[in-house]
Amino acid sequence: MDGRREHPLIRVEQVSKEYVMGGEVLKALDGVSLTIGYGEFVAIIGPSGSGKSTLMNILGCLDTPTSGKYWLEGEEVSRLRDNRLAEIRNRKIGFIFQSFNLLPKLTALENVELPLIYRGMRGGERRERAMEALRKVGLADRTHHRPSELSGGQQQRVAIARALAGNPPILLGDEPTGALDTKTGMEVLQLMRELNREGHTIILITHDLDVARQANRIVRIADGVLHEGDGAA
Amino acid sequence: MKIGQGLKMAMKSIMASKMRSFLTMLGIIIGVSSVITLVGIGQGTSKRVTEQVQSLGTNLLTVNILGRGDTSTLTYEQALALADIEGVEYAAPFSSNNASVKYGTTSVTVNVVGTNADYFFLRGYEMAAGRFVAQIDLDFRQKIAVLGASTAEDLFGFADPVGEYVRINGTRYKVVGLLAEKGSSAMGSYDEIVIIPLTTAERTFRSKGVRNVYIQAESIDRLDAVQEEVEAKLAVIFRNKENAYRVFNQEDMLETVASVTGTLSLALGGIAGISLLVGGIGIMNIMLVSVTERTREIGIRKAIGAKKRDILVQFLIEAVTISALGGLLGVGLGFTGGSAASALIRIDVVHSGDMIALALGFSVLIGVVFGIYPANKAANLKPIDALRYE
Repeated sequence: MDGRREHPLIRVEQVSKEYVMGGEVLKALDGVSLTIGYGEFVAIIGPSGSGKSTLMNILGCLDTPTSGKYWLEGEEVSRLRDNRLAEIRNRKIGFIFQSFNLLPKLTALENVELPLIYRGMRGGERRERAMEALRKVGLADRTHHRPSELSGGQQQRVAIARALAGNPPILLGDEPTGALDTKTGMEVLQLMRELNREGHTIILITHDLDVARQANRIVRIADGVLHEGDGAA
Repeated sequence: MKIGQGLKMAMKSIMASKMRSFLTMLGIIIGVSSVITLVGIGQGTSKRVTEQVQSLGTNLLTVNILGRGDTSTLTYEQALALADIEGVEYAAPFSSNNASVKYGTTSVTVNVVGTNADYFFLRGYEMAAGRFVAQIDLDFRQKIAVLGASTAEDLFGFADPVGEYVRINGTRYKVVGLLAEKGSSAMGSYDEIVIIPLTTAERTFRSKGVRNVYIQAESIDRLDAVQEEVEAKLAVIFRNKENAYRVFNQEDMLETVASVTGTLSLALGGIAGISLLVGGIGIMNIMLVSVTERTREIGIRKAIGAKKRDILVQFLIEAVTISALGGLLGVGLGFTGGSAASALIRIDVVHSGDMIALALGFSVLIGVVFGIYPANKAANLKPIDALRYE
């Protein structure tokens, strides 16, 4: 266990991302550097168009930077091939999306099992782990419901269970409360704080300062540049 | 991801849109069932014709004189000389002419065969009444006739024709026998026939000699020897005119039949194969639509760790499952269609295991061939683009 702690969980150095749009180069990220340790609860806050979604895609290994380097648990991942990235997403990152992104035709349990299927885990163990994750988010009694039979808050908790099931070192939330009302949103955040207390590293991407305040550390992003500052200040 | 898991996913997605899946399968169902039915009919026909040819006796030789130059026929004596060959059991030279046969005011046009007594045994006839043509009838050029069952019925109705007189091309013949009903073969009816002595036929039709001889060997083992001997004798008669005669044995005949029915089966199978191909294009079409519709699903799966190969296998299995399921249903429908056809139009339908395996294998192959492009398209979607897709 201690071996992996030699490196920070996430180290990003001078990462830039450029898009070419109609012959014009658009810099979504401009020389971003960031280090996140194990067990942190970090909020990355910024207005729309600030590049926070691009940053989240790169942190989540869904996209690769134009330049710069990204070490995940000491492994340089910014130049890896698609298949290797898929494997890293599967083992190291749990996504929690704004619009839940559950598969509508699968039951809650099957949705939670999905990342374990791609890991090649056997049926029995897989079901056990998925059940365990659902129990953790308080949905042990909703395992055979489809997403359409669940409320928004429940759906997001299923999504969190799915992110937890593979026991990845990072939980990456992209506006996880964006589609929920304030009360349910707070409940979901409460759950995430509990998970953080249990040792999960959580990165939240949001534009909402109230949401960001739940985190222990706030990083601001504007026009593709990061500013580390203290909360509301 | 395991294949079993992929199958489960595919079944789930097929069952989720039953109507669409069924319509997609329909092309394959129709294709496979028509392959099964049509090839079944082709093989049934082939089997029946083969059986008929074999029922004539496998140790049968047919000599046809095609004629060239001045000698275009065998004389009766030359034909009979063939009967003296060692190993020959029966030899029946015969001439065959279409003639009008008249009884009272009723007249039919029928095949009048002039031959000898051996013809009876060679063709496997049985008498219903009276007697067959005998050697003495030939020797004395008797004007006697033996009627086939259908011809007798046409002329006499249900009255007994034996002892009555008919006119063949104007000449009076006494009916001495009635053949028992035998049915028909690919070579025509056995029952629409009038048989008269060969020598009498030469006079009535003013044609000397015979163009056809049936020869039956004593056993199948002697057939080749007999055939060689017959050909040697004919070669002497038709010196330097090898194209003037043909000697067929049943095996040659069977080969001809097989090549004809083989072509038939191939043509029927080909047409059905084209409809299978069209079915495959239908699958590709629907799979492409399905990939577009499920872009977001693909994005989610990729985000949580599905590799290219996982997505490819998922969509490929779905396409193959649809086409294989369609193939299975098609085999069922093909059996039903085959038995319906055999009941309705009284033809034999023979289903061979090979054909069924081939049709099923082909439908699976079609699933792979036409599924690979949509599946590849799905596998190559970028996760961020797919996730953003609404």
